[in-house]
Amino acid sequence: MVFIDYYKVLEIEKTATEADIKKAYRKLARKLHPDLNPNDKEANKKFQAINEANEVLSDPEKRKKYDLHGKDWQHAEQYEQQAQQRRSRPGGQEFTGADEGDFSSFFESMFGGSDRRRQTQYRGQDYNAELTLSLIDAMETHQQTLTVNGKNIRITIPAGVENGQVIKLKGYGSPGANGGPAGDLYITFIISHHPDFKRRGNDLFTNATINLYTALLGGETTIETLKGKVKLKVNPETQYGTKIRLKGKGFPVYKKDGESGDLYVTYQIQLPANLSEQQKILFTELSNL
Amino acid sequence: MMEAENMIPVNEFCIYHNIELSFIYSMNESGLIDITNIEENIFVPASQLKQLEQLMRLNQELDINVEGIETIVYLLQRIKDMQLHIVHLNNRLSFYESV
Repeated sequence: MVFIDYYKVLEIEKTATEADIKKAYRKLARKLHPDLNPNDKEANKKFQAINEANEVLSDPEKRKKYDLHGKDWQHAEQYEQQAQQRRSRPGGQEFTGADEGDFSSFFESMFGGSDRRRQTQYRGQDYNAELTLSLIDAMETHQQTLTVNGKNIRITIPAGVENGQVIKLKGYGSPGANGGPAGDLYITFIISHHPDFKRRGNDLFTNATINLYTALLGGETTIETLKGKVKLKVNPETQYGTKIRLKGKGFPVYKKDGESGDLYVTYQIQLPANLSEQQKILFTELSNL
Repeated sequence: MMEAENMIPVNEFCIYHNIELSFIYSMNESGLIDITNIEENIFVPASQLKQLEQLMRLNQELDINVEGIETIVYLLQRIKDMQLHIVHLNNRLSFYESV
């Protein structure tokens, strides 16, 4: 267990008065309060730390115990038994925040659990989770089972979710206190890259390689799309980098059944290699025409 | 009109959190929450409970007045919009970087 210097946490001297502590706490709370730093885990962590520091230092008895045994917390329990004193709070300010977590084990070992938020907590905490999907998975509406805080939750993921998109599952957060509603679960989707298909919004982009002769004289080529194979007509004299659009062959539009973006195919032309003598002669003749 | 079971009685909320009714009215006047009268009782939609609790915490825990809360809510919304915009820009950047 790591010793926590509560004075350092609140950025005050050991000689700080109650007013100094209150002032320092208020200053840091306004900077780090979870309501002002949504989804900022670092700020939330620091906020918990200043809450804990304030819980101890704003209470003269706890502060005394901390000052006596802080660095030697193992003996705190012994001290506690001997003292058998009453534990009362002096009316220091109570902060709850929106996403408060538990106290440090250091705090628990010295003071036990906190009793300060029982009266103010109402709605349960929100949970945040990340879910990684492949591009193929994100194309289809499907169900997945997630384990959040030991509970299995089966969710339906609509086709077309975007990388970084957050969906809210109402009531799947932590249970509320005193009969209050449960918090919500926020899932952030991470869509992994596909080696052959790039996505921009609802459109997909891919490359198709055709040989020199098809590019020059025209013909047909078959390409893979995420929805199966498609046969394409190649116009004569197709240039390298020519882009064609396949309407409706792109990515499904989120929560719009039957609607899809477009697929853009860029032609790349593969030149013949290992030319035979005859091919060399013919290409030379062609170049002299 | 919304069903009463989807509404939170403001009186109970105020007693529970030990806040003045005038705070709820101020938040309503600022357009930050909606209140509804049903048979002489005032209710807040359950869907706005999270928002109301956040407003209450800003007021009670950080001593921020109504004008300050309005400004914070506006700025938080701007942050949220910008974060969403960053996600879209990152997705576009990632598209071009991977080409």
